[in-house]
Amino acid sequence: MSGTSESHFPTDTKAFDRRTRRNSVFALVFFAGTTFSVAVLIILLFSIINNAFGPMAVENTVDPAALRIGGREYTELDSKELIGILEEHLSRGLIRRYNRETPLNERSTANLVQLVEERIIKPAVKQSWSLAEGLFEGGKIRSHFEDNPTHIRSFRAWLNPSFIVSSQSSTPEDSGIRTALLGSVWIILVTFVFSFPIGIGTAVYLEEYAKDSRLNRFIQTNIYNLAGVPSIIYGLLGLAIFVRILQPLSSGEIFGSVDPSTANGRTVFSAGMTLGLLILPIIIINTQEALRALPASLRHSSFGLGATRWQTVWHHLLPGSMERILTGTIIALSRAIGETAPLVVVGASTFVSLDPEGIFSKFTTLPIQIYQWSARPQGEFRNIAAAAILVLLILLLSMNATAIYFRNRLSRTSRIQ
Amino acid sequence: MEAGSVCFLSLQGGHVSLKISVPPVTGSTDLKKHPRIGETLIFSVLFFFSILSVSITAGIVIILVRESILFFGSGEVSLIEFLGSTEWQPMIGKFGILPLMNSTVMVSFIAVMVAVPLGTAVAVYLSEYASDGLRNILKPVLEVLAGIPTVVYGYFAVTFMTPLLRGIFGNNVVEIYNTASAGIVTGILILPLVTSMSEDAVRAVPLSLRQGAFALGATKLETVVHVVIPAAFSGLSAAFIVGLSRAIGETMIVALAAGAGPNFTFNPFKAAETITGYIVRISGGDVGYNTMDYNSIFALGLVLFLITLILNIISRKIVKKFREVYE
Repeated sequence: MSGTSESHFPTDTKAFDRRTRRNSVFALVFFAGTTFSVAVLIILLFSIINNAFGPMAVENTVDPAALRIGGREYTELDSKELIGILEEHLSRGLIRRYNRETPLNERSTANLVQLVEERIIKPAVKQSWSLAEGLFEGGKIRSHFEDNPTHIRSFRAWLNPSFIVSSQSSTPEDSGIRTALLGSVWIILVTFVFSFPIGIGTAVYLEEYAKDSRLNRFIQTNIYNLAGVPSIIYGLLGLAIFVRILQPLSSGEIFGSVDPSTANGRTVFSAGMTLGLLILPIIIINTQEALRALPASLRHSSFGLGATRWQTVWHHLLPGSMERILTGTIIALSRAIGETAPLVVVGASTFVSLDPEGIFSKFTTLPIQIYQWSARPQGEFRNIAAAAILVLLILLLSMNATAIYFRNRLSRTSRIQ
Repeated sequence: MEAGSVCFLSLQGGHVSLKISVPPVTGSTDLKKHPRIGETLIFSVLFFFSILSVSITAGIVIILVRESILFFGSGEVSLIEFLGSTEWQPMIGKFGILPLMNSTVMVSFIAVMVAVPLGTAVAVYLSEYASDGLRNILKPVLEVLAGIPTVVYGYFAVTFMTPLLRGIFGNNVVEIYNTASAGIVTGILILPLVTSMSEDAVRAVPLSLRQGAFALGATKLETVVHVVIPAAFSGLSAAFIVGLSRAIGETMIVALAAGAGPNFTFNPFKAAETITGYIVRISGGDVGYNTMDYNSIFALGLVLFLITLILNIISRKIVKKFREVYE
């Protein structure tokens, strides 16, 4: 602003032209920056979709054509013929094991077909390509199949129903996110149950009860600072407190429910509590803002009618701001669902194939799975990581849509303006 | 408190109508405030909740300090060696934080170099140039970007940014894991945060300042550069500091893209583990309690906590000052 002198705003036309030109050039620069940011989001989404779908080369250990009986494919055979095939190709020990689980002749045809596929044909992914490669580099892929005539080309959507319902496996094409998804749900439940009442309670205290004392100002500053602590520090806190010090509680020992699979307090409970601590400041700050948005007249009229402070809070302030509070809580919970680092520190299990049965089970979550799969060098693990990311993003998107729904309902039906 | 006083006033004011409106009082009739057990109980519970939130900070500090004391008290490493040595090799008992710190600073520096110019440009564009319609489309896009979990950005760094950098600079120059890729993607991660804070700062500049500049014949660019940005400077620097603090604490991107293994190097194309990357790698394995490895992650956590705390306090101070001036 010191530049009101002539040197900054000269008046001759040449300089004026230069200034106008510079003006429009920079308008373009600012616009380009914005476009770039949007482009990044698009590239990000595209690179994920690109890896979640695409062509692949599969090789069968045994050609299905060799299993034909009387010109019929193995999928069209009856149980007796399928059992014959199984007994012919598999070792006696394996057959005995299957018989011990459920006798082969009592199994359904579909189950037997599945066994033949898994145990005899054993399709293995030899190579996979991304969606973009499939669309634009057809020649490269075609030459791969010319070089390897035994490979069968198929198009694979890595994100498919069986990916969602099957458990973890050591081979990427059989892996699924069932345990991870259930783990995420359990953990979020614990997080919500812990942080929602405490967060709202703290916010109500600070907004409605607290006087402007040194202690209360300290609490307020403290909450703002907590919101800026890196999430991994919460992981260390959770590791030291819930996993180590409170181990008898977090592993369920004191409730007598000692689960042999429990890993020393590295449970759903510890993970949920850690995330609860993490999002507590966010819920508090959001709720405080929601309460602050209510008009003072609401409080005054309630007090004027002789209501106590708590009656005012419970019957007027909380119902009046509930939609706003819920919006903030959903956003906080969606942050918790995406958190990875604190859970790795608290001790997510690397391989869980059993569904979590309660809050004292071992856990893995969707982001943890994505992390572990992304860290592997094999291409197919990258593909399932991309598919898991899509599931996570869809989950978060639907949560945010719910939050937006609440926000819109608020602006339509609110009785308090 | 307030409820009581309001009630008391109305009693004094309308003594006659009081007898009609108040239901018959069974107990004592004195109008002094009497204790309400339910209210006191609720007050205590709510107060307890807020004390709990303070105890989170206390818990963080106590845990980090306690384990750090164990770490330094073991006799294997002195504070001077910890802060001054350029070797971090727990296997042979060398704990010098500099290689980890160096890569953390490098990643954060690259991130800020990406996010601050871009964030400022987007903020200026959104508040000064864009039409309302365009802004209503662009702001949600940035919010979506802000809502994406960090592990997804980590995946993006590994599968997109690193191959891109290797394609541009050559495979023998850029290693598979490198700080440049992690830094750029961390920059993209903090971009929405920096943008929204910067936009708030730019918007808070009173319209009259802009109109004054326009009236003096300044172009839009001159108004932005000479009037709006200097006026919003404190808010913009707060955005810068918060972004920096966020980048320093960022974990998943560096854990996936920056490489495992401390490395004291200033070359952004080489693999180098950061503080957060180390903590995640060590705690991800099965680490026994009270080992040097276990204690070392808490000592590193303490360093991380102090750095981010100081940065956050500074930024809050700046924002507070800036609010006083322009609201």
